[in-house]
Amino acid sequence: MTSLSTLAAAEGSAAAAATGITSAAWLLVALPLLGAAVLLLGGRATDKWGPLFATAMSWAAFVVGFLVWISMIGRPADGRAMHLTLFEWIPAGSFNLQAGMLVDQLSVAFVLLVTFVGSLIHVYSIGYMEHDPDKRRFFAYLNLFVASMLLLVLADSYLLLYVGWEGVGLASYLLIGFWNHNPAYATAANKAFVVNRVGDFGLSVAIMIMFVTFGTVTFAGVSQAAGGASEATLTAIGLMLLLGACGKSAQFPLQSWLGDAMAGPTPVSALIHAATMVTAGVYLVVRSGFIFNAAPDAQLVVVIVGAITLLFGAIVGCAKDDIKKALAASTMSQIGYMMLAAGLGPVGAAFAIFHLITHGFFKAGMFLGAGSVMHGMNDQVDMRRFGALSGAMKITWVTFGLGWLAILGVPPFSGFWSKDKIIEAAFVGEGWRPWVFGLTAMIGAGITAFYMSRLFFMTFHGKKRWTDDVHPHESPLVMTVPMMVLAVGSALLGLVLSIGGTFTHWLEPVVGSHGEESPVLAVPVITVLTLLLVAGGIGLAWMRYWRDEVPVVAPTGSLATQAARRDLYQDDVNEGVFMRPGIHLTRSLVFADNRGVDGAVGGMAAMVGGTSSRLRRVQNGFARSYALTMLAGVVAIFALVWVIQ
Amino acid sequence: MTALITSLPTEFKVAQVDYSAIAPMLIVTAGALVGVLVEAFAPRRLRYAAQVGVALVALVAAFVVLVTVSVDAQGLTLERAVVIDGPALFLQGTVLLMSVLGVLTMAERFGGESPDAFTPMGAAVPGSPQEASAMRAGLMSSEVFPLTLFAVVGMMLFPAAGDLLTMFVALEVLSLPLYLLSGLARRRRLLSQEASLKYFLLGAFSSAFFLFGAALMYGYSGSIYLGDISKAITSASGELDGLLIPGVVFLLVGLLFKVGAVPFHSWTPDVYQGAPTPVTGFMAACTKVAAFGAILRLVYVGLEANRWDWRAGVIAVAALTMVIGSVLSVTQTDVKRLLAYSSIAHAGFILVAVLAFDKLGVAGTMFYLVAYGFATIAAFGIVSMVRQGGSEASHLSQWAGLGRNHPVVAAVFAFLLLAFAGIPLTSGFTAKYAAFSPAIAFGGRAGVSLVVIGVLCSVITAFVYVRLIVLMYFTEPAGGEVVAEMPSPMTTVALSIGTLVTLGLGIFPAQVLSLAESSSVFLR
Repeated sequence: MTSLSTLAAAEGSAAAAATGITSAAWLLVALPLLGAAVLLLGGRATDKWGPLFATAMSWAAFVVGFLVWISMIGRPADGRAMHLTLFEWIPAGSFNLQAGMLVDQLSVAFVLLVTFVGSLIHVYSIGYMEHDPDKRRFFAYLNLFVASMLLLVLADSYLLLYVGWEGVGLASYLLIGFWNHNPAYATAANKAFVVNRVGDFGLSVAIMIMFVTFGTVTFAGVSQAAGGASEATLTAIGLMLLLGACGKSAQFPLQSWLGDAMAGPTPVSALIHAATMVTAGVYLVVRSGFIFNAAPDAQLVVVIVGAITLLFGAIVGCAKDDIKKALAASTMSQIGYMMLAAGLGPVGAAFAIFHLITHGFFKAGMFLGAGSVMHGMNDQVDMRRFGALSGAMKITWVTFGLGWLAILGVPPFSGFWSKDKIIEAAFVGEGWRPWVFGLTAMIGAGITAFYMSRLFFMTFHGKKRWTDDVHPHESPLVMTVPMMVLAVGSALLGLVLSIGGTFTHWLEPVVGSHGEESPVLAVPVITVLTLLLVAGGIGLAWMRYWRDEVPVVAPTGSLATQAARRDLYQDDVNEGVFMRPGIHLTRSLVFADNRGVDGAVGGMAAMVGGTSSRLRRVQNGFARSYALTMLAGVVAIFALVWVIQ
Repeated sequence: MTALITSLPTEFKVAQVDYSAIAPMLIVTAGALVGVLVEAFAPRRLRYAAQVGVALVALVAAFVVLVTVSVDAQGLTLERAVVIDGPALFLQGTVLLMSVLGVLTMAERFGGESPDAFTPMGAAVPGSPQEASAMRAGLMSSEVFPLTLFAVVGMMLFPAAGDLLTMFVALEVLSLPLYLLSGLARRRRLLSQEASLKYFLLGAFSSAFFLFGAALMYGYSGSIYLGDISKAITSASGELDGLLIPGVVFLLVGLLFKVGAVPFHSWTPDVYQGAPTPVTGFMAACTKVAAFGAILRLVYVGLEANRWDWRAGVIAVAALTMVIGSVLSVTQTDVKRLLAYSSIAHAGFILVAVLAFDKLGVAGTMFYLVAYGFATIAAFGIVSMVRQGGSEASHLSQWAGLGRNHPVVAAVFAFLLLAFAGIPLTSGFTAKYAAFSPAIAFGGRAGVSLVVIGVLCSVITAFVYVRLIVLMYFTEPAGGEVVAEMPSPMTTVALSIGTLVTLGLGIFPAQVLSLAESSSVFLR
């Protein structure tokens, strides 16, 4: 199976030179980048039409992506991948790197997701940010994000991917801290930045190892050279890539930033911190399949990380009262599913991407719904102060409900088709693994059902627990239409894409195919058991959060609840293990620097200064002494030359 | 006596002249002569425009002819007195381009009637009634433009000289106008005249060294042609060997004086400070180009054969030049003196490349000259703009807080300083790289040691430049109205070109580097 998939990857790498509309794929990055540049450089002059312009640029990118996709469908499966050389990037002797784009089935799937959901969220933001004085800057950053994300998924080498990777990180940082006049939000942005830096460090180390061992950093080059590399090297690269993926995708142990990242405006949370950027780690792991498939140990770590995170997020999600933080926890958990699937190799990789796409729709839809709720509730986020909003906000309720059904995995909604497949794939294998991972995924589904239903019921059903000053109302059409479109996707996309395995076949040339391997439990058994657990989760949530009274102030709760509320003490662990020792290290280094290094440098500087002042006196302004200096110099040179001779 | 007469050639041979090879020099000479006529006959109100126009047209025309015609006419001409080859063409082109910028900055009037940097009447006693009346009458020293052109002719001939006498003539042709130009500053006249006189005295002193060296070399080899000298050294007869080393040392002293290498540098700070600022910029950039061109030709064509005998002397000079130049720049309080010491240090850095004794060393030297020259003209152009109470604010304390009132001027100056310091993304970095890497590759242990010294000295100079940047941006103004005068379009063009070249060579150096490499072979 390993050989099969590397072969497939190698085939995918032999992409033909781009022709037709595909050779215009650079527009995908250029258009939103132009938007960002115009808005940022144009300054206040673009305040009026800037947001519309940015939205138009995003849609234009979608149209290009759509045309590229159409032309790709028209080609036979083995000729779909195309390569577009942009320019000579780093010509450095023996190392020659061109900036190029790899337009294949995987990247096009991402392009469509990013541009379509991204454009919808641009539209939504026109309404959501209407009264923000700085909305031009907001749209500029959004465009910057779209451009960077497209560069990330279209890059044909790890180095160019890294450029996009940092670009989305920058956009994410800027947008989390968009309201940076609030110190807590600025801190959240810094936290996201610092944690991501740890991950980026991993990615850059991986690229360095590739450069040293293979002499190339292109996907095509590395996938060819990977066959001849030792497993230890590949494992090292794989683990470093995983570290990068963990940072970007908020996976254990680098998950702590995602909850705080909800400080950004809600459309940002929907686009960047739910639908697209945080899934970049999954993309990286799937794209690097040729490395992971040849490094089983690294692959196992990926699966373990995914499994831990999916439970972690689910447990945290059960205790959060902040609607956005609960959704963030659920994002973390869902990406855990994707990561788990990506780590399973060709068996799961296609489903990882499949779930990523459907999740992009239903999670973005739910975030936009949450934004709509906040819009109607004076920007409150405490679910204990919501309740019974289904009447006041009908469109939001229905669209959110469709997303809720999708994430639960209730047939026939989208999530069922993708998540159920991941659970099945987790049950494939030998020995202890299928049991551990399969059961984890299945139990996770049950917990997901509980906390998502809790969120849904606390917000839209039960009794009103509103504060006195709120007057819930439905949001304007500019906000609800994107929600409706996403809701349609949440409902139907999974079904449409899985008829006859369309999507998995589509991705096969990139991620590799897998044989007919059956799970350790029969498929119907898995499905039924999962659905039973889901039903149980819904029921439990119904009893506690719809039927029973929900207290306005959170009760103390059990020790487990308290731990979950505090994100299972992740911040405390980070503080104790990294921050405090780090601070001590910094202090001692500063001390050593002041006393030792600065002393030495200062001493040297003083010496140079002193010498200078003394030498200055020679420059006395008399032409006669200058001539004498020259003469002395000539004599000295003679002496030197004769001595040497 | 009789023997001498009979040894003269019996028939006089007419020298073959390849006019297309020397056309650029002829054009500039013609321009200078036209300038003299303009000075004599043109009415006063037209003189400024006519002089500036003639100078610019001559320089640009010479450059155009150089790149279109002369490049194809490479070879030895005028009976081997002039050699037009890759290095000569590259350096002549560089001199022409930089003199265009130099003339543009000299022509700056700051809204007045006459060139702002120059005295209305050079012959008047400073502070005399005569001077005052000249000022009232609106006289001007428009003769600076033909003088500049004459200097440019010398600078073009200097690196193209095929024999020692032509080289000496070129040296004098370029020096005499510069002595005059240095004494024509409008403000601080006494300082300017003092600078002029010092420059002249010490220049004459060093010219004597050069001439004596040439005589000794003729005595040793029986020829003044560099190619013949090289052959004579290779086939050493042994009889007159005692003349060789003194000859080499004296020749080198004459040339090292012109580039301001230690211990022949003492004139540099005084002259740089006293001369009118645009002249300082022109002189610093173009004289260095020409003099290093002559050093390259003398050393690579004439003296390479016995370089092991005299190399140690120049290595010591290079090391001393870097160290003294950078250490002394630390305690300077005057911007122009600071830049003078910086130019001394740069001369040391360039000598490191010269001492590589390789084609790449020639290319590195020439690239460094281009990079340094453009930045220098722009830097002095800015120095001439910053004023307090009508005169140049050259004391460092007056530059405090300049970044607050004149962010653009301060930013450009800061950028140029970073280039002098050799910070990446400026031409200074690529130039240092181009100069030091051949020294490491081909210079042996001495080359590596020199590069180590060079890098350490770069650190010292970086401190000096960064301190100035800090002064401009992070220090409270000392008081008193310091303003940056609004420059005319001409100066603006010159400053922009200088700055853009500095930036361009820092980011895309490949074109100019490969041009320098492809034109680094000397004809003999």
